[in-house]
Amino acid sequence: MRPILLQGHERALTQVKYNADGDLIFSVSKDHVVCAWYSHNGERLGTYHGHQGALWTVDVHPSSALLATGGADNTMRLWEVKTGRLLHTWEFATSIKRVEFSPDGRQLLGVTEKRSGHLSTIVVYEIDPDVDAEQTDEQSLRIVCDESKATVAGFSYGAKYIIAGHEDGTVSQYDAKTGELLLNITVHEPDMQITDLQWSADRTYFITASKDKTAKLVTTNDLEILKSYTTDTPLNSAAITPVKDYVILGGGQAAMDVTTTSARQGKFEARFYHKIFMEEIGRVRGHFGPLNYVAIHPKGTGYCSGGEDGYVRVHHFDKPYFDFMYEVEREQANL
Amino acid sequence: MAPSYENLPIEDDEFDESEIDFSDLQEQYEVRLEEGLDAFVVVDGLPVVPEENRQKLIKFLLRKLNSVGKVKEDGVFMPLNDKNMTEGYAFVEYGAANEAVAAVKQLHGMPLDKKHTMAVNKLTDIDRYGREGRIDDHYTPPTIEPFQQKEHLRSWLGDIEARDQMVMYRGDKVGVFWNEKDDPPEMVVDRENWTEFFVQWSPLGTYLTSIHAQGVQLWGGKAWSRQKRFAHPGVNLVDFSPNEKYITTWSHRPLQVDENHPVPSLSLEEDGKNYVIWDIATGKPLRSFATIDVPSATVDAEGNPVKKKMQWPTFKWSSDDNYVARMTQGQSISVYELPRMNLLDKQSIKIEGVMDFEWAPAAPRRDGIKGYEQLFCYWTPELGSNPAKVGLMSIPSKEIVRTRNLFSVSDAKLHWQSEAAYVCVKVDRHSKSKKSLATNLEIFRVREKGVPVEVVDSIKDTVINFAWEPKGNRFVLITTGEIPAASAVPPKTAVSFFCPEKAKGGVVGNFRHIRTIDKKNSNAIYWSPKGRFVVVAALQSQQSFELDFYDLSFEKSKDEKDEKDKDLTANLQLMSTVEHYGVTDIEWDPTGRYVATVASAFRHLMENGYHLYDFKGTLLREEHIDRFKQLIWRPRPPTLLSKEEQADIRKNLRNYSRIFDEQDLAKKNTANRQVVEQRRRLLEEWVAWREQMKEMLDEEGIEVEVEEDAGQGKDADAEVEEIEEIVEEIIEETEEVIG
Repeated sequence: MRPILLQGHERALTQVKYNADGDLIFSVSKDHVVCAWYSHNGERLGTYHGHQGALWTVDVHPSSALLATGGADNTMRLWEVKTGRLLHTWEFATSIKRVEFSPDGRQLLGVTEKRSGHLSTIVVYEIDPDVDAEQTDEQSLRIVCDESKATVAGFSYGAKYIIAGHEDGTVSQYDAKTGELLLNITVHEPDMQITDLQWSADRTYFITASKDKTAKLVTTNDLEILKSYTTDTPLNSAAITPVKDYVILGGGQAAMDVTTTSARQGKFEARFYHKIFMEEIGRVRGHFGPLNYVAIHPKGTGYCSGGEDGYVRVHHFDKPYFDFMYEVEREQANL
Repeated sequence: MAPSYENLPIEDDEFDESEIDFSDLQEQYEVRLEEGLDAFVVVDGLPVVPEENRQKLIKFLLRKLNSVGKVKEDGVFMPLNDKNMTEGYAFVEYGAANEAVAAVKQLHGMPLDKKHTMAVNKLTDIDRYGREGRIDDHYTPPTIEPFQQKEHLRSWLGDIEARDQMVMYRGDKVGVFWNEKDDPPEMVVDRENWTEFFVQWSPLGTYLTSIHAQGVQLWGGKAWSRQKRFAHPGVNLVDFSPNEKYITTWSHRPLQVDENHPVPSLSLEEDGKNYVIWDIATGKPLRSFATIDVPSATVDAEGNPVKKKMQWPTFKWSSDDNYVARMTQGQSISVYELPRMNLLDKQSIKIEGVMDFEWAPAAPRRDGIKGYEQLFCYWTPELGSNPAKVGLMSIPSKEIVRTRNLFSVSDAKLHWQSEAAYVCVKVDRHSKSKKSLATNLEIFRVREKGVPVEVVDSIKDTVINFAWEPKGNRFVLITTGEIPAASAVPPKTAVSFFCPEKAKGGVVGNFRHIRTIDKKNSNAIYWSPKGRFVVVAALQSQQSFELDFYDLSFEKSKDEKDEKDKDLTANLQLMSTVEHYGVTDIEWDPTGRYVATVASAFRHLMENGYHLYDFKGTLLREEHIDRFKQLIWRPRPPTLLSKEEQADIRKNLRNYSRIFDEQDLAKKNTANRQVVEQRRRLLEEWVAWREQMKEMLDEEGIEVEVEEDAGQGKDADAEVEEIEEIVEEIIEETEEVIG
């Protein structure tokens, strides 16, 4: 099916997210504005104004009532989805690179950037899911990443662990209650930044994307690498599709090199790999800048990608997508 | 293995330094003090003359000696013996040490007359090497090493499936692989940093050549061990003789070989030279040459002479490795005899104005010529009132067997057919006004009596490329219209096919035009090494990356036969057209079954990698590899089967092909089975792991809402709420007042 082009941002997209029902898409970009869209037709529901700098990250509460954002104005903000009302602002010394709610929606995690005098940290707040409740400023947990700065982080199943990806290509597992570092494994090439970390539906494993041109499927419990997907371009994002056993990888030549090369060379394509067999199945072209984020519909019926080119492209999967099966999968299905 | 620190013997604690014999080291590293004799040379090999002629000889000698430096006043001392005769040597003192060095370099070995050749050595060297005791008085024969069996250099030809090998250079890695058609090539050997610049096969595929800053190395055998090494610092290019007996190395920088810069196996003689010709079997240099600088006639806008593009190979080999020749443009061709590398008949062949020459690529079998000969073809431009000429010269007799005069020639190119049956001279001719160009083909039928020349002058445009069918008599050429000066887009080209007419009595008929295909971007022609099939491609083009696969002996059904082409020895058919984005190189495998096209990182960094096609142009395989640089098929030596045996195989091809098809199928099935097995295993592992995870989650008491089958099944659809959406778009609104 033809993709829906969401034209509302004036600058490069940094993250896009579906809500739990998959009917809404939230997007943030470097133009300071948060947008909410209907996923089925691409109509814009509204915008959230208030941030004073480029936005790096967004996450929506499992109840779809609350929205958290973080950006280069050193604030993390909480919004009411329905009205666009700013509920709370947390201020920091450096910018916020990642926000994520826990699966039960009772905690909110933020990753702060490292800058001279400030180490990168992962902070956790207790969240009251009631829209009108007063949110606390007190951090329930603070993890300082003194080895290598954290670039991405998230809660595991049952908010048991916090898993973080680092600039040096390692992944850490922290106890989500105490903040104790339990494991640190080099998953990607050393000193190749981990650019994204997205969860499987049950959060027992996750996928990481890295500048080393690979994406890896890693277990939550012991950070064991299950699968590895090798591409020919630096990756910015990777997502695991529910329903079908695929992964979607997005990336492309670094934004700074793009002007010197043609779109054909830039490899600005979303790539589909088979999750278990690690083979490439297909590619989706369209963006004319690198893909900064790919998000999958929670029910696995579509995906959307945010590009450096300032567009969000929303795709709904067609029947052949669901019908495609390897011979051995068909055998399995017919058992 | 070198002893490491841990396993050094420790028992020799009472180590007495004075017991060690350092004399060999002392000798080797003897510090050479300023002996004040550095400006002296000893000249040997002079005529022995009586005292009264001594001054005359010295005067004669001084003329030579002063050509490289200034000999000190009374600097020549020529001692006399008891009979008042000179001894045939002299001591000479130069003004400075470096002049003495120059004298050794340039005057040593210079002939004085027919009988006498000068030997010039530094006095210090004579003292050093010639001192008493340094040279053993008794001859001891050199020990001959016992024979050691070497690896078989052609073992790859014994492959049971008769697969071909190829070398791939990507990133810093060089690997040799078996071609596996549409499956990933099977690795034979893969090494990091095997070469520094590029790789090259020797012409018969025996050696893989790697190029390093220090020189050239040849590799081969089953273990890919080093076979030979040729030290040539700064080497840029290498060229093999056709039968792999010799190798030429070239560096744009003259060699520097002297006491301070010793180079293994090179001597002072090689100093200042650019080319070295080596014997591959011994690894020793045969002879070295400096680049000839011919002042160019053309000058650029600022009046500086335009640097001519260097011709490579500069030293061209005759087909049997017996001769190598170099042209001094506009003057002469120097033919050297192998293996002594002496100039044939001690002089270069004067050919005034010579612009280019090419050896016949095979032994010419001219009508009525029984004896041994090699041929080369050359051309000279118009000189004064003399017309331009194309000539064929026979070596070693130096007899000109055929010449042909040509008029209004602006350029010519010489194209030999692979069996030396024809040579086609592509003559670019300008009109009287010198404004427009057209091309004539002058085809010399070398094997026919008297070497008749056939002219093809039906071509209106300039021919930019020409290629003979290997072992055949058909050819393809590409023409282009006038090139507009300030146009960024190159003009369209046209591809024309030619073949001989059908003729009775086993002779080759006149060359006739088959067809021309217009409005192409093609500029390169690649014939299959076995003939018949040809790929015409657009290389280094910005707009087009097309490759056209043609068959010149296409078998049509009887009724389809074109009346027009019935008396031609060809039936042209375009089999397929494919595109390979960014293609830079095209290579047929030596059997003519496959074509590899490469987008090389040497030229650009866009989508580097290779494609593999069969001869029909069916894509078998494509692979993108970062910084992919080279893919070269390993050449095969000529077949050992006789003509009859080959014909026999061709006759029974159907039987053979059935066996091969079965083999291919069996192999494919095994491979497929393996892949399927592998996938089944992966899937089972995955399912098992997922079960384990589910159990774990249950134990932890965590409920995850996962609708594994959502979106796909019908029950999921039941929950979906249909929302009808009506979109109204007002395209235009106009208001009209009526009445």
